[in-house]
Amino acid sequence: MSDDEFDAFLTETELSGADDGPLAGRTVAVKDNISTAGVTTTCGSAMLADYEPPFDATVVERLREAGATVVGKTNMDEFGMGGTTETSAFGPTKNPVDPDRVPGGSSGGSAAAVAAGAADLALGSDTGGSVRNPAAFCGVVGIKPTYGLVSRYGLIAYANSLEQIGPIADTVEGAAALLDVIAGPDERDATTRYDAADGGPEEHPAETTSYADAADGDADGFTVGVPTELVEGATEPVRETFHAGLDALRDRGVETREVSLPSVEHAVQAYYVIAMSEASSNLARFDGVRYGESGDGGDWNESFAAAREAGFGPEVKRRILLGTFALSAGYHDEYYEKAQDARAWVKQDFDEAFAETDVLATPTMPVVPPERGESLDDPLQLYLMDANTVPVNLANLPAISVPAGTADGLPVGCQFVGPSFGEAAVIRAASALEAAVE
Amino acid sequence: MGGRPRPTARTGAIETLTRGPGDAVGMSETPDGTDDSVGADDVRHVAELARVDLADEEVAEFADQFEEILDYFAALDEVPETDADAELVNVMRADEVREGLSQAAALSNAPDSEGGYFRGPRVS
Repeated sequence: MSDDEFDAFLTETELSGADDGPLAGRTVAVKDNISTAGVTTTCGSAMLADYEPPFDATVVERLREAGATVVGKTNMDEFGMGGTTETSAFGPTKNPVDPDRVPGGSSGGSAAAVAAGAADLALGSDTGGSVRNPAAFCGVVGIKPTYGLVSRYGLIAYANSLEQIGPIADTVEGAAALLDVIAGPDERDATTRYDAADGGPEEHPAETTSYADAADGDADGFTVGVPTELVEGATEPVRETFHAGLDALRDRGVETREVSLPSVEHAVQAYYVIAMSEASSNLARFDGVRYGESGDGGDWNESFAAAREAGFGPEVKRRILLGTFALSAGYHDEYYEKAQDARAWVKQDFDEAFAETDVLATPTMPVVPPERGESLDDPLQLYLMDANTVPVNLANLPAISVPAGTADGLPVGCQFVGPSFGEAAVIRAASALEAAVE
Repeated sequence: MGGRPRPTARTGAIETLTRGPGDAVGMSETPDGTDDSVGADDVRHVAELARVDLADEEVAEFADQFEEILDYFAALDEVPETDADAELVNVMRADEVREGLSQAAALSNAPDSEGGYFRGPRVS
């Protein structure tokens, strides 16, 4: 794209949609791990440099039926593994707010495309914060839906039990309107919430709720819980901006109270053990036989191993190896089983907190966007940056990141987390903050 | 895991990582304080199980990083046993023939195919 000065796109295209519909005339950028029929879909990996999916993801079908035009596929951390978009095999994306800094990740290209005005809207995917993190770092809005609200059919999997496709926009209402289009059951993804005929709930939440209507700026009477554990870890400038946002909400009739989520001290460890374990299984499909570059020569063991050495970058290899280790006989109990216990514990903690609050609020990211190249050398430091976002994926809950202001001239996001299928509540709270800080 | 016997068993041609009764808890854990390092051999072994070749520089780098990361993961030991309270409903559908990918479309990204089949490397 000639005006892609921030390297947000990997492929430019123009897939036009229906003449009519709620997104008619709107342009959408789609993360490059979401399948687009006949349009290269790389996952930011050399392994899939030339891969052209033979089918569209369900969300892409829904975008086009709603009248949107897909304008490109966006850069991302390789297979979604990273928080800065620097692990992409095709080079980094710049943050439009400050081109020396990272846009966040892994959906960094999607957030940068919206922040730069190169697309009206974007789709990302969020396994441990990959929509909310870049939304916060680029000063835009991103939603991670409840697990099961949006179809994952055609999303190239990294950690199936954690990930959801989510919308990115420059306003809360814009992101909510895009969620209205992509949400809903899909018979091609059995983890989407289904209907009463299967013994499930009477009505699908996406069919009975207009998320865009919830962005009315009115959270008067809401009780917002503030988990102390997820505020303490943030830097001082981020905390100041976050607290100023809470003050602005209180001026609009919101009550805030402190809550405690003791389990989140173990959330990052649990998240990475589960995500790496699932990745080690998922990414075994990349063997250079059905797609990707063949490993050439030797028997199948040698050929597969060679294909993966050439096709995967260091962070992907790291996660496959650590996941293989965590799942292996004898170590499984210490890592994977314990991580599943922690996951259940995090869910319980959130449930208890929602017994006395409508939504919870935290800084989305504990820091402002780092400079490019600053954090790549130390993977553990990068993992710790996800402290506030991963608990939400472990608990399958909905969350939104909305700009709360700036610290040192850089964007700070406020994250609102809601109860299961409580998208309307987090959208309403975020729209109130958006109106208050304008 | 360096100081103790390698937790490896051979089952036919498939190597597995199986912990013996006297083995330490994880790659980096040392209940008896004998050896807390993740060595290059350990990294190579897991890479072999995952069928991922590594360059020598990658092996050395990963050994240092894995030690730090597994130390951090060790805090999971403090997590209490917790029951997951999943409200899940099975989603079923009739097993009916429906339209799928054509053979040509399914093969369209394959580096090599023959007579409508994927062509892979030799088995041994």
